[in-house]
Amino acid sequence: MTAPTTSAAFPASAARERRPILEIRDLVVDYGYGEDRVHALRGVNLTLHEGEVLGLAGESGCGKSTLVYAATRLLAPPGYISAGEVLFHPEGGGEPIDVLRQDERSLRAARWQDTAIVFQGAMNSLNPVYRIGRQLTDTIAAHRPEMTRPEREERARELLSMVGIAPNRISSFPHQLSGGMRQRVMIAMALALEPRVLIMDEPTTALDVVMQRQILEQIMELRDRLGFAVVFITHDVSLLIEIADRIAIMYAGEIVEDAPAQDVYRRPRHPYSDGLLHSFPPLRGPRRELAGIPGSPPDLAHLPSGCPFRDRCAFAWDACAAIPPRLVPPAVPGDSPGRLVACLRHDPQAVRYGGFEPLPAPDRLAL
Amino acid sequence: MKFLARRVGFYAITAWAAVTLNFLIPRMLPGDPVQSLINRYQGSIPSSAVHSLYVLFGLDTKKSLWQQYVEYWQQILHGDLGLSFVHYPTPVSEVIAQSLPWTIGLVGIATIISVVGGSLVGVYLGWRRGSWADGIVPVTTFFSSVPYFWLGLLFISLFAVTWRWLPPGQGYDTALTPGWTPAFVGSVLQHALLPALTIVLSSVAGWILGMRNMMVTVTSEDYVTVAQAKGLSERRVMFGYAARNAILPQVSGFALSLGFVVSGTLVMEMVFSYPGIGYELFQAIGGKDYPLMQGIFLVITFSVLAMNILADIVYVILDPRTRQEA
Amino acid sequence: MSNMPLDVVPVDAAAAAESAQVDTVVPSRQRFVFLRGAKAITGLVILGVFAVIAIVGPWIAPYDPDEMTADLLVHPSWHHLMGTDHLGRDIFSQLIVGTRGVMIVGLVAGVIATVLAIAVGVSAGFLGGVGDEVLSSLSNIFLVIPALPLIIIICSQLSDAGNFVVALVLAFTGWAWGARLLRAQTLSLRRRDFIEAARASGEKTWRIVWFETLPNLTAIIASSFISTVTFAVLSQTTLAFIGVTSVSDWSWGSILYWAQGNQALARGAWWWFVPAGLLIALLGMALSLVNFGIDEFVNPRLRLAGLTPREMRRRKIRPRIGFTVVAKDAPRAVARPAVVPVTELDEPADESLPADAVDAPTGFEPPASLRRSATPDSTGPADHEEAAR
Repeated sequence: MTAPTTSAAFPASAARERRPILEIRDLVVDYGYGEDRVHALRGVNLTLHEGEVLGLAGESGCGKSTLVYAATRLLAPPGYISAGEVLFHPEGGGEPIDVLRQDERSLRAARWQDTAIVFQGAMNSLNPVYRIGRQLTDTIAAHRPEMTRPEREERARELLSMVGIAPNRISSFPHQLSGGMRQRVMIAMALALEPRVLIMDEPTTALDVVMQRQILEQIMELRDRLGFAVVFITHDVSLLIEIADRIAIMYAGEIVEDAPAQDVYRRPRHPYSDGLLHSFPPLRGPRRELAGIPGSPPDLAHLPSGCPFRDRCAFAWDACAAIPPRLVPPAVPGDSPGRLVACLRHDPQAVRYGGFEPLPAPDRLAL
Repeated sequence: MKFLARRVGFYAITAWAAVTLNFLIPRMLPGDPVQSLINRYQGSIPSSAVHSLYVLFGLDTKKSLWQQYVEYWQQILHGDLGLSFVHYPTPVSEVIAQSLPWTIGLVGIATIISVVGGSLVGVYLGWRRGSWADGIVPVTTFFSSVPYFWLGLLFISLFAVTWRWLPPGQGYDTALTPGWTPAFVGSVLQHALLPALTIVLSSVAGWILGMRNMMVTVTSEDYVTVAQAKGLSERRVMFGYAARNAILPQVSGFALSLGFVVSGTLVMEMVFSYPGIGYELFQAIGGKDYPLMQGIFLVITFSVLAMNILADIVYVILDPRTRQEA
Repeated sequence: MSNMPLDVVPVDAAAAAESAQVDTVVPSRQRFVFLRGAKAITGLVILGVFAVIAIVGPWIAPYDPDEMTADLLVHPSWHHLMGTDHLGRDIFSQLIVGTRGVMIVGLVAGVIATVLAIAVGVSAGFLGGVGDEVLSSLSNIFLVIPALPLIIIICSQLSDAGNFVVALVLAFTGWAWGARLLRAQTLSLRRRDFIEAARASGEKTWRIVWFETLPNLTAIIASSFISTVTFAVLSQTTLAFIGVTSVSDWSWGSILYWAQGNQALARGAWWWFVPAGLLIALLGMALSLVNFGIDEFVNPRLRLAGLTPREMRRRKIRPRIGFTVVAKDAPRAVARPAVVPVTELDEPADESLPADAVDAPTGFEPPASLRRSATPDSTGPADHEEAAR
């Protein structure tokens, strides 16, 4: 993958060895158990590599959060996983572990060491009746029983100062902290055990812009220092272009495009990615027109046949109503290897198999 | 401490409202039943007692309502609640002072067992939703749909009359002289067992359900998911994160429903002829002893307020957010 | 009387409703959907039977309940279905005739108390400020003051309190809980978009209350009505049992009064006091069932989506927080279909998910973290102080 040159604020790390750390395979997640359950994820494939910053973008309700919660088995009822594998590659090689088959004991032991999460609602992520220190140290105590109490407290102070909070805040209650501080506490907590994967679910949505930037810079700096991989969820694609190495765009419970960040930015291959990019003003670079995407995301309970995006798509034709698209390399010569798109305009083989005449990818999606 | 200040203000108003209701009710309702009682005891009531009854029940119609109200307050603050007719000529305050400890002992202990036990069961049921334990819910619903007193009747007929395991009523064996002797204490405990069991059985359902539903609500909070994500032990997540927060509304719910709980247990004393406040109230109803009834109402209200203050203190201890400096 | 804590059940309904979006403007046709579940229907059927008995009771009773015979304290038999009392009166007839008093008191007290609760609760929620302070303090005072002694004082000073008087007194002492619930719900409703929109477009307050707010409070109002009826039925029975109300009017409580007063227990005359208690329990259960139905509607978190608990156990699906169920063998409708031509075109999908959450029992319920983004700080200290009051 190519190191982007545009982003000065967050120099993305140079290409590391592309060793996978977390592999999600054909993950299907349903909400509800009866006949009228809803498929929130419909066979998602995604791989996270060591040290990589992977951005996950899409409109609200497209399944971004569901994906990471299911992959960590934290998804609340009535959500449940009805198919798939989530493979975690242990440090230093060895057989990957399927998180979905792990028994409760080993899953509990592995949590927060392997994968730590910064949740969307910083306001509700902290237990309101415990002091910050207690919430930091109980994590350490659960996984590092050999550490003494003073050692744990020392570590908690260290973590707080690492995210720019005065160590004496250790005895504060969550309600005594501002929103930004709470989110920093959550980040400190996530890094307590130096996890290999850090998942951030819209970590800055509730914060003001200045605070957002500070926190992002901090995360990226810590990432460069500690070398963990990041899954960053947001609906703000322009933000991802700055910080992510690779971006996966989700729509209606599926990944529709998966490509290096700069490729998504400069050469989107899926009409939805294209629309998403044009609904945000670019932070840098030339001005362009903001178009937005007409219509709204489909009801997952009543998905249309074929491509779920077809009702909102300018390039849809009758094949789109009949054939559900699959993730394939785009039909554009010279594209980065490993980039994928789920659009029939890039999949003439499937179109032909379905008995339709393929149409070429429009110029806009084949830059 | 703004929280506590507000609460104290609220209790002051409630106490005032209770006293004022007590003042207004006999004056607003038609008829002067107390006057006829006084007439019946003509001559044998000392004139000071007659005066206090006049003040309590507004029989002195020559005075303005406001004047009556002021005098009423003065008398209440001196602890003079009039004479009891059922226990003639014992003052109401003395009757209450004798019976209150029995009620506090029985109702207090039974309620604590019920609240603590019910909450623990509720924590478990709320946490383990979808397991066999959900089957307990309909059973507890049945017990909470039955009136306290009927369950008492049923238990007396089974445990006391049919099987003769436990005494059917009274606070202790009347053959014994009250005192701190092992025999007497044993007898008190033996007599309290059946009423206490009935109170616990019929009230525990509410606490189980309340706590279960709060647990269900709290377990969908993010901090519980975070606690699971951190890989803490099941026990720690369940008690330290979920139950620790679910208990807060349970405490305030407890404070609010105390009035109802106490009312129910008063009837229980009536069924078991237990020598507490409730039984005195029952006797007062039978003997049309209005001074005793009104005195009991005031004392019960003040006891409930006192327990509310305790619940508030517990709440402040449990919830750091209420301790915020204003 | 006794069983207040049952009424604690919907305590978090307000909070839950807020997140579950149950009451985005409900079409009038669906306003009573909360009475559709199996629990609610069972409860309603039982209530219906009691209502019929209350109406036709005196005509279908086999004996005059006051008629004394020589059959003193006889066991239940075909002749006397539930035996007789110490004066040879037929207990079955007393039960049937006594149903009316219980139902009338429950209904009248329930209606009046609910009207009071709506008046106080909704205005408190809408007024805000000092008016809210005063009204909610008022309802809290009535909650904290123990009702039974107060009712006893009032009823016993009224000579021969009849059913309507008792119902009035019960309504006067029993409205506060409903008012509290309704106030909380109104407050959360008031912040909702469609009410804000109505205000912004200059609609009159009474119109907002009548057409926008009340229809969306139907479930809570129904629940508070049911709770008050339960309270009234149990109180009426208790009052009759301790002899505060007129003991010559038949009701289930007065049967128990006569039983207790004439040593039914010591004489082993179980048929004298067991049936009346069971009837009260049955009525109470029916009311609770209706309330559970409403509660599960209002608070979807209490509901296991789509499957009955038994079915879930059979399939070994045990929903847990923090350990998502992996049920790979569960039959799946669609996963990712192979590339196979589909000929017919489906109807375009509905627009938004939450709108049909009212109807579909398994509406798409996104994880809590997804839902909360709009009100990130909904459990601030202010709310908690509120909860404590």
